[in-house]
Amino acid sequence: MLLEVNNLSVSFGGVQALNLSHFQLEDKELRVVIGPNGAGKSTFMDILCGKTKPDTGEILFNGKATNGLTEVEIAELGIGRKFQKPSVFSSLTVFENMTLAARMKKDVFSSLFFRMTPAFKKRIVAVAERVGLAGVLDKQAGALSHGQKQWLEIAIVVLQDPKLLLIDEPAAGMSDRETERTGELLLELSKEHGVIVIEHDMHFVRQIANNRVSVLVNGKLLMEGAFEEVRNDQRVIDCYLGRANAQLEKL
Amino acid sequence: MPDKSSKLVTLLFVLFFAIVLPAGHLMGIVSINTISLWGRYCCFAIAALGIDLIWGYTGIMSMCQAFFFCLGGYCMGMHLLLKATALQGQELPDFMVWNNFSSLPAFWQPFHGFVPAVVLALLVPAVIAFVIGFFVFRSRIKGVYMAIITQAFALGMYLLFLRNETKLGGTNGLTNFKAVLGFDLSSSNTKLALYFATVAMLCISYILCRKMMASKFGKVLQAIRDSEPRVGYTAYRVLNYKLAVFVVAAVLAGLAGMLYVPQTGIITPGRMSVTSSVEMLMWVALGGRGKLKGAIIGALLVNCLYSLCTSLFPEGWLFVLGVLYILTVLYFDKGFTGLFDKFAALLRSRRKAVVEGVPSPHAENTRVSHPAMARSSEGN
Repeated sequence: MLLEVNNLSVSFGGVQALNLSHFQLEDKELRVVIGPNGAGKSTFMDILCGKTKPDTGEILFNGKATNGLTEVEIAELGIGRKFQKPSVFSSLTVFENMTLAARMKKDVFSSLFFRMTPAFKKRIVAVAERVGLAGVLDKQAGALSHGQKQWLEIAIVVLQDPKLLLIDEPAAGMSDRETERTGELLLELSKEHGVIVIEHDMHFVRQIANNRVSVLVNGKLLMEGAFEEVRNDQRVIDCYLGRANAQLEKL
Repeated sequence: MPDKSSKLVTLLFVLFFAIVLPAGHLMGIVSINTISLWGRYCCFAIAALGIDLIWGYTGIMSMCQAFFFCLGGYCMGMHLLLKATALQGQELPDFMVWNNFSSLPAFWQPFHGFVPAVVLALLVPAVIAFVIGFFVFRSRIKGVYMAIITQAFALGMYLLFLRNETKLGGTNGLTNFKAVLGFDLSSSNTKLALYFATVAMLCISYILCRKMMASKFGKVLQAIRDSEPRVGYTAYRVLNYKLAVFVVAAVLAGLAGMLYVPQTGIITPGRMSVTSSVEMLMWVALGGRGKLKGAIIGALLVNCLYSLCTSLFPEGWLFVLGVLYILTVLYFDKGFTGLFDKFAALLRSRRKAVVEGVPSPHAENTRVSHPAMARSSEGN
């Protein structure tokens, strides 16, 4: 078991944002989390990566409790996070972005005396090829297209060599072609890492949901199951239709 | 191409300050006071380098750099004053006699030696920056709040140094220096030597800063400026990096202050007022943030302008500075160096267009703006 969560809850100003009784993820499993706006999906990821402190509950990552750890310590344990809004280092080049991300000693002195080795460079180029950024390595990250920024952020997370990838809405703002490529990339990544993906686009979910899908509604886990099962569940349809989202119907 | 021209600028800079100015003095064209003046500007340029590291590269607005500058200055000033007192055969510096001190305060004792004074001039700013930085950065204070806190700190220290009880000369500061390492401070040879020492320190600081910013450390600092949370989730301890750059900036300011005092002959709390810190930020803003050359050019150019303006129309200086600042914010946010780069790029595209026989759309612009470019390249 890579990740196990029990009785996790957090509330903001009296509003319960998340109340998750149980959630678990196998190693090298790709899990898609769906749910209407405000269901607590991003909050769930914020807690997993240490951005938000939960009110109660425990998180076991590889059997080790992450409660009270800082985001740096959690990142060192092997949880990598990609944010909904692409956050890359816009004034650095793509190559520099990836260099900073790669797993290595990250204290001040190691950084001062860091020297690029051919092996290291090779590794970065390999990841760049994988996410489709090999042609723009010398470009400033701020000048990339939206989709490329999303891929760059995925590359940043992958280079940290995490055991668990938290990917928040990777396909937002992407063209259909880009979305499909992103899906292929995520499927490939799930062969080596545990992956949790938050997504709204149901076509995209159908493409990547090779295992189970979890549905969050109002901070609670509504159901878990295979994509077809979830899609045909009346409760899921109701809560989406209740928010005027007919995407599930159309499929 | 940009690399080549930037090397040329560096070379011209070093040539001018290390050879042309002193040669001018030896030939009797440039007075020793002018040399000393430029020596002081170079001190400011060293401090500006530190500001560029912390503000331009890391995006932290520190408004207490003038205080660190003065710490270095006071350390050197204390040493010089003790030496001057000893030369006159007195036991205590004048201001202590007037304030009825019976003996030298204990914290003055280490400043009898030149080497301890130099070490302390660098160490004291470093330690204080470390302590302040630790608490401020640990509390994740940033942006405007960082500026306000450091400003409040600078003001507090200013008020503290104004008091006679601080035993550092109060409002009048430290002055009446006679000699450094046994060399008479009023002789033009000493002045020239101090000038050379300053230019050398400026070059060394520049090279070290450049190395630092080109390393992965420098890239992490820029990454902190771009997206601090992302740096944290990439497993860098942001606090340590911010602390490191804050301390380095403080040491550079201390070094600058230490070199400044023997050339100026006086250090008072006025140098560490909040306005001085703001002025220091202005040098970097006008010269070009995030570029080490910009910081140096800004410090030299603004101070040169300051001297010109205050002798031509003393009342007008603040207006000139204000207008310059507004123009920078509105039209060239990358400062003088940004302007220079822009025109260099324009020229290049025009030359290319001429070669290809296509009229450049920018041709008109370039001609109109030529005087401005000439002005900014003068400063290089």
